[in-house]
Amino acid sequence: MATGAAAAPRVRRFSFVDAFLWAFRLAVVVVVVWGTVGTLRLGRYTAEQWKDFFVFGLAQGGIYALIALGYTMVYGILRMINFAHGEVFMSGAYTAYFVAAPLAASGFLNRHPLASLVILLAVSAAVSTAIAVLVERVAYRPLRRAPRLVPLITAIGASFFLQYAFRGLYGSGFRAYPEFELFKGEWEILGVGILRTQAVVLVSAAALMLALYQFVMRTKAGKAMRAVSEDKDAAALMGIDVDRIIVLTFAIGGAAAGAAGILYALVFKQVHFFMGFVPGIKAFTSAVLGGIGNIPGAMLGGMFLGVVESVGPALFLDGLGIPAPYQLKDVIAFIMLVMVLIFRPQGILGERLAGKRA
Amino acid sequence: MSQVKTARPLPNTLRYQGGLSMRNTKAVWLALLALAVAGASLTVGYAAPVRVGPVTDDWGVVRVARGQPIILAYWLVVAGPDASLGVDSRRGIEIAIDDKKTVAGHPIRLIGEDTGCNAEGGQTAATKLAANRQIVAAVGSSCSSEAVPGAPILCKAGIVTVSPSNTAPRLTDPKRGPEYACYLRTAHNDLVQGRAAAMFVYHVLGLRRAATIHDGSPYAEGLANVFADVFKRLGGTITSQEAVSPTDTDMRPVLTRIAAGRPQLIYYPIFIAAGGHITRQAKEVSGLENVRLMSADGTFSPDFWKAAGEAAKGMYNSSPDLSVEALGPRYQQFLQKHQRKYGERPLSAFHAHAYDAAMMIFAAIEKVARKDAQGNTYIGRKALRDALFATRNFPGITGNLTCNPFGDCADPKIAVYQTISADPAKWNPGTDPKKLWSMPRQ
Amino acid sequence: MWRVGFVFGVVACFLSLAGLVEALHARWVVDGVVSTGQALLLALPLAAGAVAVRRAGDSWGGGLWGGLVAGAVVGICVGALVWLGSVVNLRAMFVNASPTLFELLSGGRPPNAAWPFAVGVGGLLGLMGALASRVRGRWVRPVAVGCAGVLGFALFQELVQLLLQPEGLAAVRDWLFVSGGGPTAQGAAAVFCTAAAGSMLRSAARRTTLPPRLARAVWIAAGLFALAVLPVAGGPFTAQVLVIVGLYTLMGLGLNLEVGLAGLLDLGFVAFFAIGAYTVGLLTSMGEHGIAHWSFWAAVPVAVLVSLAAGVILGIPVLGIRGDYLAIATLGFGEIVRLLVLSDALRPWLGGSQGVLGIPKPVVAGFELSGPQHLYYLTVVTSAVVAYVAWRLQDSRLGRAWMAIREDEDVAEALGVNLVSVKLLAYGLGAAFAGVGGAIFAVMVGSVFPHSFQLLISIQVLALIIVGGMGSLPGVIVGSVALIGLPELLREFGEFRFLVYGAALVAMMLLRPEGLLPAAAQRRELRAFEEEFVAGAGLPGREPAAEGGG
Repeated sequence: MATGAAAAPRVRRFSFVDAFLWAFRLAVVVVVVWGTVGTLRLGRYTAEQWKDFFVFGLAQGGIYALIALGYTMVYGILRMINFAHGEVFMSGAYTAYFVAAPLAASGFLNRHPLASLVILLAVSAAVSTAIAVLVERVAYRPLRRAPRLVPLITAIGASFFLQYAFRGLYGSGFRAYPEFELFKGEWEILGVGILRTQAVVLVSAAALMLALYQFVMRTKAGKAMRAVSEDKDAAALMGIDVDRIIVLTFAIGGAAAGAAGILYALVFKQVHFFMGFVPGIKAFTSAVLGGIGNIPGAMLGGMFLGVVESVGPALFLDGLGIPAPYQLKDVIAFIMLVMVLIFRPQGILGERLAGKRA
Repeated sequence: MSQVKTARPLPNTLRYQGGLSMRNTKAVWLALLALAVAGASLTVGYAAPVRVGPVTDDWGVVRVARGQPIILAYWLVVAGPDASLGVDSRRGIEIAIDDKKTVAGHPIRLIGEDTGCNAEGGQTAATKLAANRQIVAAVGSSCSSEAVPGAPILCKAGIVTVSPSNTAPRLTDPKRGPEYACYLRTAHNDLVQGRAAAMFVYHVLGLRRAATIHDGSPYAEGLANVFADVFKRLGGTITSQEAVSPTDTDMRPVLTRIAAGRPQLIYYPIFIAAGGHITRQAKEVSGLENVRLMSADGTFSPDFWKAAGEAAKGMYNSSPDLSVEALGPRYQQFLQKHQRKYGERPLSAFHAHAYDAAMMIFAAIEKVARKDAQGNTYIGRKALRDALFATRNFPGITGNLTCNPFGDCADPKIAVYQTISADPAKWNPGTDPKKLWSMPRQ
Repeated sequence: MWRVGFVFGVVACFLSLAGLVEALHARWVVDGVVSTGQALLLALPLAAGAVAVRRAGDSWGGGLWGGLVAGAVVGICVGALVWLGSVVNLRAMFVNASPTLFELLSGGRPPNAAWPFAVGVGGLLGLMGALASRVRGRWVRPVAVGCAGVLGFALFQELVQLLLQPEGLAAVRDWLFVSGGGPTAQGAAAVFCTAAAGSMLRSAARRTTLPPRLARAVWIAAGLFALAVLPVAGGPFTAQVLVIVGLYTLMGLGLNLEVGLAGLLDLGFVAFFAIGAYTVGLLTSMGEHGIAHWSFWAAVPVAVLVSLAAGVILGIPVLGIRGDYLAIATLGFGEIVRLLVLSDALRPWLGGSQGVLGIPKPVVAGFELSGPQHLYYLTVVTSAVVAYVAWRLQDSRLGRAWMAIREDEDVAEALGVNLVSVKLLAYGLGAAFAGVGGAIFAVMVGSVFPHSFQLLISIQVLALIIVGGMGSLPGVIVGSVALIGLPELLREFGEFRFLVYGAALVAMMLLRPEGLLPAAAQRRELRAFEEEFVAGAGLPGREPAAEGGG
């Protein structure tokens, strides 16, 4: 049957497509190798700087991973691209600003940083959960049996609507998040200096991944989720309330997005109505890279994407003498994505069975 | 009701009626073309000067009946991801209207269109405005790419337009062509500001190694390139020229790349969001601990201090001279009105330029408006255009504006400021950020 | 009914705080009497009443009471908002919570008097809404259509005023509009009567049916006449909007081959539009980046070939990728092309963010197609040719092969369809159509900038073919008129464009998931599926589709 692995050999032997694909792979490899050798021979960067590139990439990948985790959960259940996930992420962080600002103004924030952080996380997760569940109720549930592209369009519609609804409510400028004194500066971990905010992001992403994974694999509700993901109708026959499980998934995905929003605000200090769009697309890319629907895959995909974006331009393009390589970091990221999909159409950790239904 | 008569004044290149030859075309084409020409002739007026009431004008005359509003239009980006740029400018116009209240005895009405910060949006918006014969003048566009196709359309309709935020040098280049004859701007030409920044860095700070970053917008790309060119010509070294995307948040990798070139200063003439990220993250990248930072008027705002936090301390900004000793308290008063009216601080950097654009237009209208015995007002379009180009030493809140023959009206007095406290509450251009230097007049 | 009232009340508060009510307040329905913003606010309790009464069952008393309560609850919500606004500074959070808004919401009353006012008005309107939906009669529909007509007239009044500018029409204009303001009372009344009469005529016409073939001929003739006359009657702005609609139609026709027929999801379609535009730009430009100074007509075939080749080349790597993986891979291609044309690396050739300038207009036999009114005809002719090609393709062997792989790749392959060439042809031809669109775009704007090729365009093209009805050629046109043309005409509401656009996309998909003008096959399938589904699972399906179609 149509497994992903069967897709490549389907093409007849030695067709021009094969030749082209091999040429494409070869070209990418040659460019990468040539660029890398060129860069290393230039000796522009010190070992210290290479390490920095890598660590910065990991940290940015942590942010992608945080958002991708929620994305991939929803995908795993419904097999639909929840385009509005980026906006769910935005809504929590943006709303929590209106709690963070008075906390900071009263001085509570830096007197009780952990308590404030918990308050902010709670507010943000609550708002994001509410928005996610609302979107599911209004835009997706009535379409559960519609052709596959229809919910994609409502998702896009919901994404536009949420962006501009929040723009109308909170304005089109950005708001600056207050700073936590606690998270200023660096920590020394295993001899590597890492910014505290980045360490927090990485640890939270790992913790969130573990929690979600355990939840899905160990709890009864998680089991029900997996059942719904396999076959909705069969799950319903087994006495699972499919609608409830889907709402639960959206709620968990929303809460994760809300938490991710606060961590994002902690690192980048700016929130605005458009902040969800680009990270949403990056998270989707991460989820696909890792194998969509796969929780550890989302984490891995996010990290991979972050590192490619950070290290890639300097490593591959510098040696080719291309000006302003960081402008092209998304080009590298997307070419990497296509390469991964050519070699492994189901993503790095994707299940082989995903082919047909995906 | 105001009535308007149109003239077709501009040189041959602009006429679409000339040289029509329909021989040898097939019948279908004939029919279609006939319809098209019929359409064109509906909109095309006369080729001779028009006389309406007491005014004769080559480009046509707007008649505003007694008590009716004078219509000013904007074409700015007020929707989509770049919306804050245009909304900020529109607020400047609205405050100018509040301040001015009446022009030549008429109230002022503002109408407008979104341009989307892309060329086709600018073209569509300009086409719509050009169709409205009651519009006296326009403020716009927001992005230079909108003005390239949009301004000629307004010119064809005889509507003069003043942009608050286009900075691309070619729009006011001496070779810009007659189709831009109605286009002016209060924003600074990149050539002026980029040059001032390079001279400051080379001569005043005495630095020899600099890196630049732009965000892919024509504004930033233009400024960064002018800065790099002038700086190299002065004898300095540009260690690298980088680019980011305006939605990027993680700037550390690109800053690490810059660090490898060991520059003494980074020049990033971009906007608040990305500028804030660069400012904050530059100090966190090893090798850049002592590098100096410099930006342009796109980030010259208290909001930028909010975005960048403490990290903004000590950084430089080139900007029009807004200090109290240069302008008096005008700009401060503007900020207070803004806060009262909109409940927030300005969103971007070109509200003051938009305010000046509107005020300049109002002054020019008052100069050329003529009244008849019934109290109706007549405004000659070409006369208005000429009056705007003749603006001299107009006291605005971005400086004293003088328009050159190609439409550059911004006060060439560029100052360089240094951030002292980075506390938005203490924002007071002149003392904090402190004015360090002012580009000598040529 | 409490719940209905509460939902509508929240909507009322949201629309107020999001700034929509205040923005619409600047536009009169009847000058000096009622604004569109007020009409929007008043419509909400009315609608709440109408919805509540449907839920209340058959009893008259219960229904009216439900309407009254629902309307009053809307009033309570609005009153609560006004009260809250008077106690705390809502503006710190909601930038649109301005004094003007509160004055509008409270009808100019002090906050404590506003509450009974809002509840009273809300209750009354709710009652009216309930009454209107209870009373069945021939007059209900014409009245509703008349009201909609008046609102539409108010919304598009700027456009109507633009159209009435010529001297000869001044009398009409002055009768319809207060000078420099909104519609007059008699103008609004006239529009109301016209719309209501039109509605009555239509229902009368339905009863006396024309022979279908004649009706069709009349429709086609009317359509062709409208196509030919619209830009002349509507002026350059209408023509410009129609050109843009035409360009999206071209792209839609291309994407329809990929998504609608062959089932290959593509979120990066803008790439080919950009490639077509840049090819023509570079080949014809008289500016610094021009390389050949060709004429438009010589450059178009090259642009088509280049886009076709790009479609095939970008199609090969994704041949083995399916479904949502394909979505993200193609989205990536769109972004790659945009980033490359924007990049510093290619700036010496492509101009970077400063774009390619000085693209001359096309010349036909010495006649320059300069303004939008001229380009309109170019676009119409091109779209017609392309639509014809698409139509022939659809019914060809290739078209059937596409539909076969859309339904099931494996079965199609087993039946002898060469997946590789068929898929590549879908990518290539789709891209070629978009390339034509890009070529016209380049001459329309006269310059090409990277900022014109955002992801948003790909998304809009996908949305328009799905809203129009997947796989249906007339659907593409209807979709681009609805999703591109209408928002363009309402450009002055730019700030709320995407808010309404998003809500409309969701609403449209919920009400008509098959699209506005679905292809016949699609419609059959959906119906068959639904019947089966309703019978099998016992879930409430939609009512048997009663629309006349077409």
